[in-house]
Amino acid sequence: MSFRKLGLGLAAATMLAGMALPAFAQDSVYVPLFTYRTGPFAGSGTHIADGMHDYLRMLNERDGGIGGVKLVLEECETGYDTKKGVECYESVKGKNPVIVNPWSTGITLPLIPRASVDKIPILSMAYGLSASARGDIFPWVFNPPATYWDGLSMIVKYIGEKEGGLEKLKGKKIGFLHLDAAFGKEPVPLLQELAKDIGFEVALYPVAAQDMQNQSSQWLSARRDRPDYMIMWGWGSMNGAAVKEAVRSGYPMDKFYSVWWPGEDDARAGGAGAKGFKMLNWHAVGTNFPAIQDIQKHVVDKGLSKASKDKVGELLYNRGVYNSLLIAEGIAQAQKVTGKKVVTGEDVRRGMENIKLDPARLKELGLEGFTDQLVLSCSDHNGHRAAFMQEWDGTKWVKISNPIEPMTDRVKGQLEAAAKDYAEKNAGWPKRTEACDKAS
Amino acid sequence: MLYREAGQFKTNYVADSAIFPLRQDRIGLGLIIIAAYALAFLGNSFLLQAVMIPFLVFSLASIGLNILTGYTGLLSLGTGAFMGVGAYACYKLMTAFPEVNVIVWIFVSGFFSAAIGALFGLPSLRIKGFYLAVATLAAQFFLQWCFIRIPWLVNYNVSGALDAPLRTLFGTPIMGPNATPQTRYLVVLTIVILLTWLASNLVHGRIGRMWIAIRDMDLAAELMGIRPLQTKLLAFAVSSYYCGVAGALLVFLWYGGAEYDVFNINQSFFILFMVIIGGLGSLIGSFFGAALIFILPIVLGIVLPAIMSPFGISVGADVIEHLRFMIVGALIIFFLIVEPHGLARLWQIGKQKLLVWPFPY
Repeated sequence: MSFRKLGLGLAAATMLAGMALPAFAQDSVYVPLFTYRTGPFAGSGTHIADGMHDYLRMLNERDGGIGGVKLVLEECETGYDTKKGVECYESVKGKNPVIVNPWSTGITLPLIPRASVDKIPILSMAYGLSASARGDIFPWVFNPPATYWDGLSMIVKYIGEKEGGLEKLKGKKIGFLHLDAAFGKEPVPLLQELAKDIGFEVALYPVAAQDMQNQSSQWLSARRDRPDYMIMWGWGSMNGAAVKEAVRSGYPMDKFYSVWWPGEDDARAGGAGAKGFKMLNWHAVGTNFPAIQDIQKHVVDKGLSKASKDKVGELLYNRGVYNSLLIAEGIAQAQKVTGKKVVTGEDVRRGMENIKLDPARLKELGLEGFTDQLVLSCSDHNGHRAAFMQEWDGTKWVKISNPIEPMTDRVKGQLEAAAKDYAEKNAGWPKRTEACDKAS
Repeated sequence: MLYREAGQFKTNYVADSAIFPLRQDRIGLGLIIIAAYALAFLGNSFLLQAVMIPFLVFSLASIGLNILTGYTGLLSLGTGAFMGVGAYACYKLMTAFPEVNVIVWIFVSGFFSAAIGALFGLPSLRIKGFYLAVATLAAQFFLQWCFIRIPWLVNYNVSGALDAPLRTLFGTPIMGPNATPQTRYLVVLTIVILLTWLASNLVHGRIGRMWIAIRDMDLAAELMGIRPLQTKLLAFAVSSYYCGVAGALLVFLWYGGAEYDVFNINQSFFILFMVIIGGLGSLIGSFFGAALIFILPIVLGIVLPAIMSPFGISVGADVIEHLRFMIVGALIIFFLIVEPHGLARLWQIGKQKLLVWPFPY
């Protein structure tokens, strides 16, 4: 009997709550945030989620939203799981989201074909399908500021410069430690092409997804092969484990390079020995920017954030801030282009194509020097922006290079082939019908 | 009250051995099927796309595993991989022969899965129980390795992903981004009903009895003239067929595109839990299990914030997620303690009690 009462009570409460749910105000813009604070990748996902949420929340608290329109923020927990991600997408679809950011390549892929049908742009920031950089084929997908091919070419270029010219890499051996999945394998063809042209040798060390935390065999082979440089393409717990193993096996850390996904925690995993570990990055760390100080003032200090105070300004937190900067800028540009206050997904798609984050605009946003400029256009949804190299000094990341431009000519070849391939494989892939704005 | 056996007389053996001997059961089943079809026109796109389609797909996969584990007593941890074989086979077939209707390929892709399943089922003659589970685990890892390493399977696609091209049935798109959830739901529902009907005939007939005999005591079964090798391999093949079709439906009619990672070991466990919770050796249990494991968390995700908000408790998406895990976990333990034979057994007990109601016996 008590069970029945409980059941009735629950049912009644649900119905009441359903009626009491506030209808979305007409003068607001709905921005769902797909986050993963649970699951195997929560270690990095939590900081990214905090950064994303806090920047947009700060805009709400400080400016009352964007262009006077409040943002309705809602997190949907994906746990980095494709099933739940797709469920999240379906559950937010009906609320007219202006943009979605899946934060997982696995979730991005099923959403790509739906974006153009549902008229919801997708922002997959430096992950997802690299070919989606082509705006003429993927008008609804954006993956700024650089593709993985750009990233690899930057690392090779940087190593070359250290050696005194790319041609000096001839005869060297470069190890490539990567997650054995589409993400980790994507740069391999480019690396092999570079190896053939320049004349260095490549040793591949694939790490299966289930063995991310156990890389002893890969590092044992690395000890045997003695690669002159090691480049890592990892994600989640793989990064921390790699740093730890590298330290343990005595690999010279200053020869160890990574793409842009490790965070502070991954480098800390290596202890004092991790000093000298280098990675690509495209935005600053730290809190020394007016906008981030505003986040501290308006959001974190008021207890509106889930982030602990010392995590604000860390690498992955700021990565989340960068992601939200792009969302906010897309909305702001959409308002400018259309003249409307309350924008829709279609408007934001146009807004994204008009993004022009030059130093002046960054200064205006209180993020001067936070990142290199980014210009997107109708045909270029990526920007192929330069990233810089940063080094772990034992306690924090230190920027050690100027922005490194990617080898555009090389990347272009890969990109064209991939985009053509995608459109060919998907017979009937719709031709772009969305008009380009004059400005872009 | 309405659920009474009284007055329904069987005058021949066929009627007596019918799967649904009670008129009320038959009416009930008919109503459920009609309601399921009606839902396509009444439900909104979230209900169809995010709840019903995956529920049906997982039910089908559970039926597949149930045939193997529940009816034949062979424990398998390779369900995810067998689903993957179906999905990849379907992709290869429909891109190689786009002129043939995709429905045909969905059904044919199951045969590829069946062949692979039978191959990995070969050791089942010699090894049993947990050891067989380990052998099927090998299938899981080997096949997953193939999905990553053989680019031919994805037509040398750089992203390594499967994606659903546009395909139509009677001129209506049923696959690809332009297919509405409604049409996709109708296609999935029809396929699932057809295959469930087929499975029901299989398990209630001679073949099903052979499987059950093998499950209950394979030595005795052998002495009675049932060939263990053929029977076990048939169970593997049929089970994998169902999983393969479910895999193809999962990728092409639900996700619309997926990576190899969808078919990982977690998927296998996910289906295994559904079978265990739903009830081993029961078709309706497969549906119950899928509902409890898949739909309940979604319902909780909607209901929990709604319960808490009137009390002024606003919780984040992550807390809801943790609560979902805890509640579903607790419920699984609760059901396993109360009824170790699964929800199907509870359902059976309930029906039995209704039949004799208001008397307790």
